[in-house]
Amino acid sequence: MTAAQVVTLLAVLLGAPALPGIATRTKSFLTGRRGPPVLQLYSDLAKLARKGTVYSRTATLLFRVAPVALTASVLTAALLLPLDGRASLFGFTGDLVAFAGLLALGRFALVLAGLDTGSSFEGMGASREVTIAAFAEPALLLALTVLVLATRSLSLGGMLGTPLAAAWPAAAPSLVLAGASLFMLLLAENARVPIDDPATHLELTMIHEVIVLDHSGPDLGLILYAGAVKFALFGALVVSVLVPRGRFDPWVAGAILLAGLALIAVLVGIIEAAMARLRMDRLPQFLVAAAALAGFGVILLLR
Amino acid sequence: MTDFSDLLLLLVVLTDFWVLGTTRLSSTIRAAAIQGALLAALPIALHPGFSIHLIGLGLGTLLVKAIVLPGFLQRAIREASVRREVEPVIGFTASVCLGAVAVALSFAVAQRLPLPEAQTALLVPVALATVIVGLIVLTTRSKALTQVVGYLILENGIYVFGLSQAERVPFLVDVGVLLDVFVGVFIMGIVVFHINREFDSLSSARLTELKD
Repeated sequence: MTAAQVVTLLAVLLGAPALPGIATRTKSFLTGRRGPPVLQLYSDLAKLARKGTVYSRTATLLFRVAPVALTASVLTAALLLPLDGRASLFGFTGDLVAFAGLLALGRFALVLAGLDTGSSFEGMGASREVTIAAFAEPALLLALTVLVLATRSLSLGGMLGTPLAAAWPAAAPSLVLAGASLFMLLLAENARVPIDDPATHLELTMIHEVIVLDHSGPDLGLILYAGAVKFALFGALVVSVLVPRGRFDPWVAGAILLAGLALIAVLVGIIEAAMARLRMDRLPQFLVAAAALAGFGVILLLR
Repeated sequence: MTDFSDLLLLLVVLTDFWVLGTTRLSSTIRAAAIQGALLAALPIALHPGFSIHLIGLGLGTLLVKAIVLPGFLQRAIREASVRREVEPVIGFTASVCLGAVAVALSFAVAQRLPLPEAQTALLVPVALATVIVGLIVLTTRSKALTQVVGYLILENGIYVFGLSQAERVPFLVDVGVLLDVFVGVFIMGIVVFHINREFDSLSSARLTELKD
């Protein structure tokens, strides 16, 4: 454990709520509006932390545990990523499956809480969320397989760390394909356009927002914060794959990561301004395309 | 130079996926046009050093595959006023999956083919994959115009395959092939136009109803 690792991790965890703000601000700017301040989510979180919580009479313990489980799993997943470009804080062989599993666990908790409220509306959101997950997870694992094959390493610390920089010249096409696939997953997993529209509260069009409708106060704050961290984690994956930082000084690598995350948030904002949300029955196609890109990367490396 | 040609070949495969995944006809045609432009750059990237033969081949390909034929097809959809491919025999998601399987298969098969040494290891598998994708589009889409695009993609695959032998094939043969495709698509365009006028639709499924 080095100082650079800890500082980068803290910077990512503290800076994560700014990313959705940057995306929203970019979108507002491009569509000719002013938009909320970049740091809006911090104010929202502070406000939610002070408020009380309302629990429905039908909700059980599950509903109260879910936000904490979600946040805990996302934060644990953050420990597995080598954020300084060298090694992760708690890496072990095969931790890429743990990474995917932890993200799935968080989603599972959220979906259960949605079902627990007994509202048919939230059940619908839960069903949609799981539909997306069923298509997104094979794509995530395929993209990670590209990294495994390129670097011959089975831990995220190795795959995204120094061996990645060595693997780049030989496996550049596959790694670019994996990066593109991961970016498409970032849009899907974080409920951004073209999968889901974070700006809408219109009942039939939203997916992710539906599940959290019943949550309030600090619970909702935890969910929003976990969402921001998840956005940062996927962003960190994309940046790590596309910019191998193993050769840089750890501090420089951390700074590159933060700059890359901001750039990705801007890119997401541009996509949101330029594209409309896809129809529900076209969503699998988007994710299958992401899986096909990653699968093509795998094929290129197996040759 | 092989890095650049590998990049071109990868982009060719990506345009294959694009054709398989898109529903809009104009987007399909645009993908075919971009693929044509990529193919035009390929011979020059593959064989460094200038020769009249290769430059001619590249320019001819660019003119026919990237400019004239797509422009002609775009005009055809304007006149026939069709916008979307509806009711394909195999759905779009499934055909992207099928395309991925085709790519995997062609990479597996290409290693076993007893071929003279190609310039880059990607050339033969990409050619096979493009041929199969063209075949998928040709057989599973219902609009006559998409089928023409499928035919173009199929021919692009054959062209990539021919590039591995470009040094040995006389220029006249290349020109003949290009001319063939041009005439083929031209005739198909006219046929498509007539189908549309007779039936008010471009769906080839309705051709089975043709009775005298």
